[in-house]
Amino acid sequence: MTRHRLIVLAIVLAGATILPLMVSEYRTFQFTLVLVYAIALLGLNMLTGYNGQISLGHGAFYAIGAYCAAILMDKYGVPYWATIPVAGAVCLVAGFLFGLPALRLEGLYLALATFALGVSLPQLLKYHHLEQWTGGVQGITITKPDAPAFLADLGVALNQDQWVYYFTLAVTLVMFVLGWNLLRGRMGRAMVAIRENHIATEAMGVNNAMVKSLTFGISALYTGIAGALGAIAVQFVAPDSFNIFLSITFLIGIVIGGLASIPGAIYGALFIQFVPNIADDISKAAPWAIFGLFLIAFVYALPAGVNGAVQMALARLTRKRQNP
Amino acid sequence: MKLQIATIAALLSAAFTGHALAQKKDVIGISGNELLIGNINPYSGPASAYGTIGRSIAAYFKKVNDEGGVNGYKLNLISYDDSYSPPKTVEMARKLVEQDKVLLIFQSLGTPPNTAIHKYMNAKKVPHLFVATGATKWNDPKRFPWTMGWQPNYQTEARIYAAHILKNKPNAKIAVLYQNDDYGKDYLEGFKAGLGAQAKTMIVKEASYEVTDPTVDSQMAQLQASGADTFFNITTPKFAAQAIRKAWDSGWKPVHYLNNVSASIGTTLRPAGLDKSVGLYTTQYLKDQNDKQWANDPAVIEWTAFMKKYYPDGSLLATENFYGWCVAQSMVQVIKQSGKNLTRENIMKQAASLKDFAPGCLLPGIKINTSATDFAPIESVRLARFDGKDWVGFGEVMGK
Repeated sequence: MTRHRLIVLAIVLAGATILPLMVSEYRTFQFTLVLVYAIALLGLNMLTGYNGQISLGHGAFYAIGAYCAAILMDKYGVPYWATIPVAGAVCLVAGFLFGLPALRLEGLYLALATFALGVSLPQLLKYHHLEQWTGGVQGITITKPDAPAFLADLGVALNQDQWVYYFTLAVTLVMFVLGWNLLRGRMGRAMVAIRENHIATEAMGVNNAMVKSLTFGISALYTGIAGALGAIAVQFVAPDSFNIFLSITFLIGIVIGGLASIPGAIYGALFIQFVPNIADDISKAAPWAIFGLFLIAFVYALPAGVNGAVQMALARLTRKRQNP
Repeated sequence: MKLQIATIAALLSAAFTGHALAQKKDVIGISGNELLIGNINPYSGPASAYGTIGRSIAAYFKKVNDEGGVNGYKLNLISYDDSYSPPKTVEMARKLVEQDKVLLIFQSLGTPPNTAIHKYMNAKKVPHLFVATGATKWNDPKRFPWTMGWQPNYQTEARIYAAHILKNKPNAKIAVLYQNDDYGKDYLEGFKAGLGAQAKTMIVKEASYEVTDPTVDSQMAQLQASGADTFFNITTPKFAAQAIRKAWDSGWKPVHYLNNVSASIGTTLRPAGLDKSVGLYTTQYLKDQNDKQWANDPAVIEWTAFMKKYYPDGSLLATENFYGWCVAQSMVQVIKQSGKNLTRENIMKQAASLKDFAPGCLLPGIKINTSATDFAPIESVRLARFDGKDWVGFGEVMGK
């Protein structure tokens, strides 16, 4: 990491920290959702961007994570922070198990299999034998956590939205550092190598099947943790919250943000959170047509995603500074 | 350079006018001479067919404004799209309440989206008025004093079928088919309450189905085998059409009550077969603008003229457009009653003080009455029988 990047990172972090003190509670809530989506997108990006496996069903893992948190909090009185690792673990196992048979499927066939998962999960959540836990179509309403008492003792008064934001920010930081560590290490190299040429990778002694299943599992873990955080922020889960469009939105997010890039997850999250609202502001008659125009404009203007464009701009700036 | 100065000037003036507006905003929900009314509708997504309700409400408010507004105020409908996705509903409700600072939220649509914001609206003490869902839980003024439904709720409707059966066929053997979710159970509960102590003996068979089921054929066979002579059909349009067809094809031919949810001729009866639907009973509370018997009705004529002038793109066949026009009139009535005292408390108080309000869009005899303990505006409906072409209303308006 260069010094420039460290400085940029420090500025971004400082900005993220003071943000809730500068904006309204409603905006704080929106930025909490941006952080939540960023974690989910990082997870999907590992699978699709780095490892080259297309998933059209990550909304399902997001839903599983959300329901884990909601059921644990609502039925078993588990504190909100303790539901995060549980949601992650459940999704890791679910993702790994789904990844095993899905391994035999390549490209579009895998996309279809994951699509089936994404389409069927909301209906399974309504299944009447599960209703005592899932609440059926009614869903589950959960209480928003208050800031812990010790903060108030220290003289830091945070409202619920601000606290949920800082809590989510902390989890996001941990997940991004872990993700960065994973992706630049042995596992990350193996993931990219499989995407580029799986036969050559196998010949190099990488256990392709294991790496692909694990990637699926880790990707689901990230998305599940995002789902749990999302449920805590929104305070409500219902099957209608997790329709197939959510999965597609995630895919849009990573492509717009930049495939196979860590900051891309943040750009993508900003896009999927705010652009639909802008589209709705522009036209009530055809919000999706406007959204489509935005998509086409982004794909045309920034073919390597927002991250690619930012990197290029930064590179140009540094070059200018070096030879004025 | 000139351009830059112009831009700066524009920015500055925008900043100052913004400031001036902010200063005028001394009362929540009022900006200058505008009342800010929030609305959340699915303009996109799986329920986008209902999006036209939001557009017809906006068109009606425009008409009211053109005619001078209400109490000297213009109505400004701020309407957002939630795609029928509860997390989005939460975000949009927060935007309306915290950022746009609306006076109230009106006609948010769907049971799951409204459930998602139910607690929030009541914690913030913002009127959550005339929500577009028939669930019974919106009538709970003790626990949720800021939320109110509008249309007859499922239980009210089911009680009316029960009353009709008790009156005309006291020895009926009843079979019930219901969708296994909150909607189906709500109807079933109301139906049993309506039958009272006799529910246990009169209902000889209940069968349920999942929304995910491909057909209800096996359930229909079970119900027929029970020997029932009366059938209460609590299903959504696709399954309603299957059940009507099956009941006919298998030669069962019970006295058949169809819930209002599936009473549309176009989406249910036509696919089932109009000849196979003759004799079905349902209930109505709105005039059907496509029904010949209302062709010369002043309200329907007024609505048609309104649509042509203010919402020319809207379909004259869509019940949703008639509904939106109708429910918007109730909203305007509440604002009228509130006079100059346009606080959230008073809006809620006036919404709970509607007395014999009978806009022309409702069937004759149906009146809207609410009170501090009764948050169910429309509680009466009229039975109707299908004659092969139209629903023909008969008898008295029933209910409260």
